[in-house]
Formats: sequence, C-alpha cells, structure tokens
Amino acid sequence: MTARTLYDKHIDSHTVCPLDDQGHVLLYIDRQVINEYTSPQAFSGLRDAGRGVWRPGTALAVVDHVNPTTPKRIAAMPDAGGARQVSYLAENCRDFGIELLDILDKRQGIEHVIAPEQGFILPGMVIAAGDSHTTTYGALGAFGFGIGTSEIEHLLASQTLVYKRLKSMRVTVEGDLARGLTSKDVIMALIGKIGASGATGYAIEFRGSTIDALSVEARMTICNMAVEAGARGAFMAPDEKVFSYLKGKPRAPKGELWEQAVVGWRQLHSDADAVFDQEVHLDAITLEPMVTWGTSPDQAAPIGARVPDPQDVSDLILRQDMRRALNYMGLEAGMPLSDIVISHAFIGSCTNARIEDLRDAASVVRGKHVAEHVRAMIVPGSTEVRDQAEAEGLAAIFIDAGFEWRQSGCSMCLAMNDDVLAPGDRCASSTNRNFEGRQGAGARTHLMSPAMVAAAAITGRLTDIRHFGDRA
Amino acid sequence: MSLQPFTVVTGKAAPMLAANIDTDVIMPKQFLKGIDRSGLDRGLFFDLRFLASGEPNPAFVLNQPGWQGARFMVVGPNFGCGSSREHAVWGLKQMGIRALIGSSFAGIFYDNCQRNGVLLITLDDALVHTLGQAVSQADQAQISVDLEAQQIRLADGQVIAFQIDTLRKTALLLGLDAIGSTLQRSEQIKAFEREHLAANPWLS
Repeated sequence: MTARTLYDKHIDSHTVCPLDDQGHVLLYIDRQVINEYTSPQAFSGLRDAGRGVWRPGTALAVVDHVNPTTPKRIAAMPDAGGARQVSYLAENCRDFGIELLDILDKRQGIEHVIAPEQGFILPGMVIAAGDSHTTTYGALGAFGFGIGTSEIEHLLASQTLVYKRLKSMRVTVEGDLARGLTSKDVIMALIGKIGASGATGYAIEFRGSTIDALSVEARMTICNMAVEAGARGAFMAPDEKVFSYLKGKPRAPKGELWEQAVVGWRQLHSDADAVFDQEVHLDAITLEPMVTWGTSPDQAAPIGARVPDPQDVSDLILRQDMRRALNYMGLEAGMPLSDIVISHAFIGSCTNARIEDLRDAASVVRGKHVAEHVRAMIVPGSTEVRDQAEAEGLAAIFIDAGFEWRQSGCSMCLAMNDDVLAPGDRCASSTNRNFEGRQGAGARTHLMSPAMVAAAAITGRLTDIRHFGDRA
Repeated sequence: MSLQPFTVVTGKAAPMLAANIDTDVIMPKQFLKGIDRSGLDRGLFFDLRFLASGEPNPAFVLNQPGWQGARFMVVGPNFGCGSSREHAVWGLKQMGIRALIGSSFAGIFYDNCQRNGVLLITLDDALVHTLGQAVSQADQAQISVDLEAQQIRLADGQVIAFQIDTLRKTALLLGLDAIGSTLQRSEQIKAFEREHLAANPWLS
C-alpha cells in the first residue's frame, strides 16, 4: 500500500464514497461547532425544505461572536440584530435537539477555545464549522476546516459534505525558540515567508523539534492561523501531550473506551515515506518577535526591522498593494517598527486567549502600568479561562496594571459586538487578521503575540519583548 | 433550494485587481447581523463603495458608468480570503454578479460561490492580467461567459478557454440542489456511519 500522509488517513477513513475521478468524495463529518452568526440561514433552509438534523448529538452550539464582553455578564444583547441571532440560535437548538452553551453558561466561550476545552474534539476526527479558524483542531490530531452557511445546512441535513481532496504541504520547524518567542511568532514568520495564499489549496502538516516542544495550546495558535496562509486544514500528529491534555476533559472518552481510543490515536501520523506535494522549512533559532505593518497577515516583519519601502519591490501589483496598505495604516516607509505608537492593546481571540497566553501576558505586566494614552483590554477565550485566571491571581495583575478585565467572546478580533475601534485608532492585537476595517472601519491593527501586546500596552508603542525589562 | 442555472451570461466585467481582497472588505461586520440573506447588496464593498457622507464613492469601479450593473468581476489573487462569511457571496449575487475571474480564490469562498451558483473561473496570472487590462477600458468591458463551452468571449472577439471540474460544472449548469442530491445517498451514509462508529466507539 502506498505511504499516506496524516491528511490522507483522515480523508480515507471518512470517505463515504468517491463522487468522480477528479478527487471529489462524499466526506463524513464527526462533529460540528455552531455559532449564532453563520448558522441562522442554514437552519432556515432546513425548515423551509422540511428537513431534519441527521445526528444532533454531533453538534455543539455556542454564542460567541455578537455578545458584549462587559465585565458584568448579562443575557440581553444590546442590539436588535445580535439579540435576534441569539434567540434564533436558541430556538433552533431547542427545535432540532442540539446542545447550546448560551451566554450565561459557565462553559461559554469562543468556539475554538471551548470545543477543545470540553473534550469535544478528539484525535482522528473530522470537524467542519462555520468559521474559518476551525483549522485550530489540527493541534489535537483532528482535521478541522471552515465552511460557509450553505455547507452548514448540508452538513446538518446529511452529516456529510461534498469535498475535494487538497494537496499536502509539510512544514518542518526545527530548533529552540529564543526567550520571549512564542508559537505566534512561528506562524507569523511562516505566513510572511509563504504569503497569504502560499498554502491555498493545501492542508499543512507541521512537524519538527520546535513543534514537539510546544504545549498543546501553543500548537493551537499555529494551526489556528494556518488559514491566514490559505490552508484549508492544519495537522500535527497527536502525541502524549495531546493525550494528557484531553484526559479527563468532560466529553473525552473514559475508562476502557479511553484506553482503546489512545491505542488508535497512536497510529495517527504520516507514514515515514509519505510524499508531500510541497516541503517548507523554517529555522526557529533565527526567528525574532514578529509584528504586522500592513493589512494582510503576510505583511509582517521582525520587530527590529523598519517599515518596508514599496520602491524596493519590483512586482507592480505587489508594490501597489504595499502602498495601499501603508496608506491605510498611516505609516511611512523606512520608519522603525518600534517607533509605532499605539492607542489600544487587545489580548483576546481564538488565536491567543487561552490560559497560557494570559499567564504569559501577566508575567510581562506584573507591577507595571499601561501607558496613559493606551486603552488596554483582556478578553479571555472562554468563561472557564476567565475563572481560572481569576483563581490564579492573573486578573488582579491585569486590573492593577490598568487593563480592562472582560467577559469572554470574539470581541474586538472582528468587532461584531460593541467592542469596535474608531477610525485612526491603532491597536496592538493578539488576534489573527489585520484586514482593513477588521477591528472597526478605518482602524489599524498590528498583529503580534500576547506577550508583545502586553509590552506594547505598557510602553505605548510596539516593543521588542526581548529588551523589555524583567519579567515576573 | 434550486439555483438559477448558469448557461451563457453576457454583461460588463469590472476589474478589481488588488491582491488578497478579503471577505471583511467584501462584506463588513455591520451587515452580518441578520438571520436571513436579505439586504446584503447594500453592504457589498461598503467601505470602498461609499464615502463617509454615505454618498457613492466615484472612485470605486462599480460606481463608474462603464461598469455599473456589472455581471462579472476580474479580480486579483487570493480573492475572498479570510472569514468564512457566506454573506460576502450573497452580497455579490444580490448585486447581480454571476461569475468572478481570477488567478486564485480562497478555499471557503470558492465553495460558498459554488453553493450559490456563482461561477469562479481560475486562469493563470498572465491571462487574468490580459483580461483585466481589456475590461479596464469601458468600451471593452462587455464580455460573455459560456459555461457549457468553457469559454470567455471578449469584446474584441478574442476567446479564452477555461477549465472546471465536471462535477461543479454540472451542478452550475443545472442549478442543482446539493443537499437533495446527497440525501439520495442516505442509505450509503447510514451504512458508512454504522461501520465508522463500530470501529471508533468513542465517536458515538
């Protein structure tokens, strides 16, 4: 039998039947996660056609995109649109028998934070959800990918999707990360290297000593942002760290079933002689903390660099894109990135708002204070993360340092709720997208790791975490 | 739900050749708060199409006389990247866009277009550039797309051939209801499911 990649194994084990000889299959999906904003029309489609949900127990719904994150949790949504989406989700979950974690549930949070947290995602699974960052689940040895609303409806009705096999890319990351560097810097460097469409049409498998050394949460950051390079799936072979992360989680298998599952999960890796369509290598030792300067996640550079000059780029379209980005960002070519003054600092999102991220940020800001001209916010990835951070004393550190300590949600990552920046605001952000208008029309986003956001909040400008004083 | 079949469509093609036009730009957040698909033509490219005053931005291509009512767009690489929001495609469709022509499209966006009967044509960079140059002149903007023949016909008589998977082509030509087609395989899905869950009992 030909050697297979981990991606091949997931597709092969979930193929109901091939649909043609051009790579299309009917793909069985084990789980789906549902939110309030991409699902309403899917449920309406089912209702209109008189169709049911194939296997309601395989779906988990949560409110995360539109809810406010004000420190006191309230069930009511402040705007009519959000309120309608939340109440329609509740109605759909009730009518179709799907479990819903509503805004007051202690397990509520950002979908890609709570699904792993609850043990809802297991190695070997195929998961599709109406959110592009579903790639996060690759860190658990599962195959997750984002879909649109029509596909959500298809999946609800049939437990399957019409799917076309992707090409495979292997990204090998070797070497120890320097102090202050995180998995965010790894994925930002990769996106900078291969471009925002460098992995379009591919599933990426990450491997190497750097990946092995990362925690499961840190790995999630990498798989989460693989979609910013265009990847429609990200993989990491599950290891003992993954198994111990999952063990005892509420929805993980227990007892004998657990033992049986782990035996199977140990087989989840690419065959030694599997061939990938593309190979990319990244040297972790040479990495520096990364920040974006433009309006696409691949417009990124090490913090020690200067804003690049479009004049230096020969490709005409690329040069125009750079000019447009610098114009939107209000930056001059050649200025040191560390001279960029911010007005906001945001730590949150499915990319970087897990407990380890908050610990990291707290170690930076302990005993210091947010710069006077900066509004700084912490939005934990889930209510459980928030509760844990309070129990560990992290919340107190943030509050003492002048951060707003808020409730969980997607919040200012995409500003669908009331956490919106004003035109011209400039935000150091632990999120995943620096698109024009993403955090508010005319607002400017610089992506970086949570520790880098924390440092920027204190100094009021983009700051090299490696030269930022003592960390507690 | 059946879709409007795509056979031969003739109309203006608007050029938008910047790279990495993301779905946040195509459909900004304030238009995502509905529970139906209505009214998204208003939100399409909102920050580019409208000035702060609310007036149409005369610099934006779809506001210019030569390209108003466009049925096609010729777009830059990685169009539709970012968020999975299908609202972006609903908005394009409501504006009357029937096909997009570019060198690469983001994966989720690609599937969303297919599921809404919006044809995506992928050509290599040089051809997209040629086509983009041609339709950038208002008097050359009228083109015709023939899906059956897999051809784009330009105003000057030039013909560009394109490739498309048979499965996608058939679905677009007939405006097929994908869910209905899949549910015809219900017995196959059930049989697969029984075996899959028996082999992986922790998935039940």
